[in-house]
Amino acid sequence: MQVFPFIVVAWIAGVGLYGIVTSRNLIHQIVCLIVVQSSTYVLLLGVGYVTGAVAPYYYDVPVHTPAVDPVVQALALTDVVVEAAVTALLLSVAIQAHKRFGTLDPHELAEFKG
Amino acid sequence: MDQLFALSVAVPLLVAAALVGVKPLLSGRRRTLDALAILTAASVAAMLLVIMIRTDGGDRVYWFAGFRPFHGIVIGIDFAAGPLSAGLAALAAVLVTAVMIFSWRYFRQVATYYHALMLTFLAGMTGFCLTGDIFDLFVWFELMGVSAYALTAYRPEERGPIQGALNFAITNSVGAYLSLSGIGLIYGRTGALNMAQIGAYISRHPPDRLVAVAFLLIIAGLLVKGAIVPFHFWLADAHAVAPTPLCVLFSGVMVELGLYGIARVYWSMFGSALGHRAAISHLFLALGVATAVAGALFCFRERHIKRLLAFSTISHAGMFLAGIALLTPLGLAGTAVYVAGHAMVKGALFLCAGIVLHRLGSVNETWLHGRGRHLRITGVLFTLAGLGLADLPPFGTFLGKGWIEDTGSAHGMPWLTPVFILCAILVGGAVLRVAGGVFYGLGDPPAEDRRMAQEAAEETSETDGGGQRTPLSMLIPPAVLAALAVAIGLTPLGPAVEAAAVRFQDQAAYDATVLHGAHVAHPVAPFPVEAAGVTVPDVVTGLVSAAGALLLACLALYWRRLPALRRGYEPGTGLTALAEGFQSGVINDYVTWMVLGLACIGGVLALIIG
Amino acid sequence: MRPALRRWVFLAGAAGLVAFYLWGLSGLPGFGNYPGPYGPAILRIAVAQTHATGVVSAVNFEYRGFDTVGEEFILFTAAAGTAIVLRMLRGERERPPADEARDRDVPPTSGAVRTVALMFTGPVVVAGWWLASHAQANPSGGFQGGVVLATAFILIYLAGEFLTFRRLSPTAIADAVEAAGAGGFAAIGLAAVCLGLPYLDNFLPLGQIPGAVSSSGTIALISFFVGLEVAAAFILIVSELLEQTLLIRHGGG
Repeated sequence: MQVFPFIVVAWIAGVGLYGIVTSRNLIHQIVCLIVVQSSTYVLLLGVGYVTGAVAPYYYDVPVHTPAVDPVVQALALTDVVVEAAVTALLLSVAIQAHKRFGTLDPHELAEFKG
Repeated sequence: MDQLFALSVAVPLLVAAALVGVKPLLSGRRRTLDALAILTAASVAAMLLVIMIRTDGGDRVYWFAGFRPFHGIVIGIDFAAGPLSAGLAALAAVLVTAVMIFSWRYFRQVATYYHALMLTFLAGMTGFCLTGDIFDLFVWFELMGVSAYALTAYRPEERGPIQGALNFAITNSVGAYLSLSGIGLIYGRTGALNMAQIGAYISRHPPDRLVAVAFLLIIAGLLVKGAIVPFHFWLADAHAVAPTPLCVLFSGVMVELGLYGIARVYWSMFGSALGHRAAISHLFLALGVATAVAGALFCFRERHIKRLLAFSTISHAGMFLAGIALLTPLGLAGTAVYVAGHAMVKGALFLCAGIVLHRLGSVNETWLHGRGRHLRITGVLFTLAGLGLADLPPFGTFLGKGWIEDTGSAHGMPWLTPVFILCAILVGGAVLRVAGGVFYGLGDPPAEDRRMAQEAAEETSETDGGGQRTPLSMLIPPAVLAALAVAIGLTPLGPAVEAAAVRFQDQAAYDATVLHGAHVAHPVAPFPVEAAGVTVPDVVTGLVSAAGALLLACLALYWRRLPALRRGYEPGTGLTALAEGFQSGVINDYVTWMVLGLACIGGVLALIIG
Repeated sequence: MRPALRRWVFLAGAAGLVAFYLWGLSGLPGFGNYPGPYGPAILRIAVAQTHATGVVSAVNFEYRGFDTVGEEFILFTAAAGTAIVLRMLRGERERPPADEARDRDVPPTSGAVRTVALMFTGPVVVAGWWLASHAQANPSGGFQGGVVLATAFILIYLAGEFLTFRRLSPTAIADAVEAAGAGGFAAIGLAAVCLGLPYLDNFLPLGQIPGAVSSSGTIALISFFVGLEVAAAFILIVSELLEQTLLIRHGGG
């Protein structure tokens, strides 16, 4: 149980990458990219967990109760926003691809080769 | 002076926000928009140059929100910069300024967002260079990335920019997320995000498996950004379609930032902890040389001018990595000077290509043959810059390459010199072939390649021009960049750059400066310091590369008259199929190669460390 | 590469990479044994130093506030990028807006959806506002509140009222609010510089009671600006996507 969350991280990332590699649809690939990034949330939050500790919010808990690491939670928050931003941009490019060329297949969109 | 650290990032961000905020007011006033953008970029360049000069005596550290470390534990974010970091950021700012001046007349109509995105791009690059915190590095990496993706897709009406932007965004994003995983792992081990603190912690223990894994993952994103084989496939796609001013920034600075990131991560964090210097040096040397050769070979086959220049960037990126991988101060100093010189000549080349696109409506070398004869100044600039790319003295490039070769020979790798010369000849030859064919009509018109003609015909929508004269605002930036390249070659900055390199490589001194505010007067170099000046071998290898490039260009232009060469060079041969097999344009392939490449490098690291 | 070959090459590479990763996992302290020192150091001093009981917000907006500036601007850049990519191009025209696109085969919005969506709009705005202004106390903050605020506007579109959505969130205003949010955050930092303090120093009065709405100095203020920016950015992104889908068409002058 000590390393199980970290193995899950590798699985999620692997599944996402497999999706990107075998996909024929841009939207599917972009969502797989989201999956790959989700693995980083699990990693960050898993790394900062302290068994038996509370959330780092002292509104109703005495100050100095052992709490989990607040820094990774802040990092995960930043991570979420970054992912949202990149996804929005990618999806808009995919929309233009579909609109102007009628296809969402990365193989058909490949114009420059070699 | 220290506040300049914060201002150099905050000012472009604020101006970008302001430009978008008052967009309705600025919609008719193109001049104001351009002027504001140019002014901001120029002031950032000035700030960074001041920082570069003032940090000559020692790295300066700036703590945001005033949170200084106590007892060696860092709780805030810092900017820790020396001359090399600040110099690279200054280079970025100078290029952005030149590009904004060029864009003045290049784009007849442009949305406000273009200027705002250029400024956020600049802010991202500056933050990336100056930061001393590994997660902050990731944040600026992503800001740089998102701005770049958005600007690459500037003309979504064509297939090319869509392919380019998607390939660029997805590969670099996957790389960035892998880097973030590495950051998570090293944080789990050390409980720190500050590079100095992490470095100090992990160097106290013997080389560790986790450290090796974290190292590989963190540099995964940087290798992708730095266009190292086999993570380089996105670069050609993105360059072929991005607006030309943006290509200047990509080739001149963005790729080099990836390599700077690798150097920074290595020397601030992992250097002492990983140990096994010779083995690691050989690993990255192999990657660098493979990239240099592959890039040069792909470069020579290209007929699309921007893509040709993109492949030459890949080749040079390999040479830069090789210079860093030698792990000596002279190697790093040589890389720094080479980067600066290369940025200037590559920038000039791209801007000239932009002028050609503006006036003639194409970047297809085949179609353009002989049509550029009336673009006299552009032709001269392009040829000079091409010679600079082939490392002709006194362009700065010959100096950087010479130093890398010197240190290679001194450390048991004399074969580096002929390899570099070969790459320079291939790349320079390709560019000079373009110059000769397009601007002087030399040689026989190449065979018509329908696919490339179609690709190049779609370039027309980026800029509308075709006027009688090239505007001065478009001719001055490439001229100035070419002149700066010569200036870099002529300025005697050897000792200063090498001292900066020594300081960059001394992990213990960096840790002391950041964590304890110490001022280390004499940093210790990992290898003996070699003299950095203009030596005869440097000049000779530079002349040899340039001469070889000219010869190769002539051969390429007149090859039809040599039946022996004709057989190997027609498009559509087996070589093309092989090239298209690798550089297929399909994102699925690129990610596959990325994963395979990482697995191989990981295997080698496991063998070294385990 | 042919797809079958590619799959095998990828699986081989992935297997190698995962093996390498697992090989290195032995160096991690196990799950639940986070050793510090960053986390415990912050937990020890955060409440006393910033008068904020929400330590994660304190980390986000104070200790690592500079990261958050960068992240803000990443979202800002993405919204601008979406606007660039989805802009009306040459050879396209914008149709007069209607609630439903006439050339798309969409069933009319059901009465139930309409009622529920419109009913929730008000409470969602309040919830978003509350979230954005209580960063220093509980697990809320500018980002969370901003997204919820944006959702309120999107609910209006989902109720079938695209025209109302468009009227309530014109691009110019969304741009201005977004710029104010992002620029405001950067400017707060700059204000500290003007006072001779390091960038993003917390120079506002910290308040008496930790966790109260008016406590924690710049944290609450920054969170407010972040909320504005995130809300505007998401509204901008969604309205760009909707305009592209519903209004912009090929052809015509």
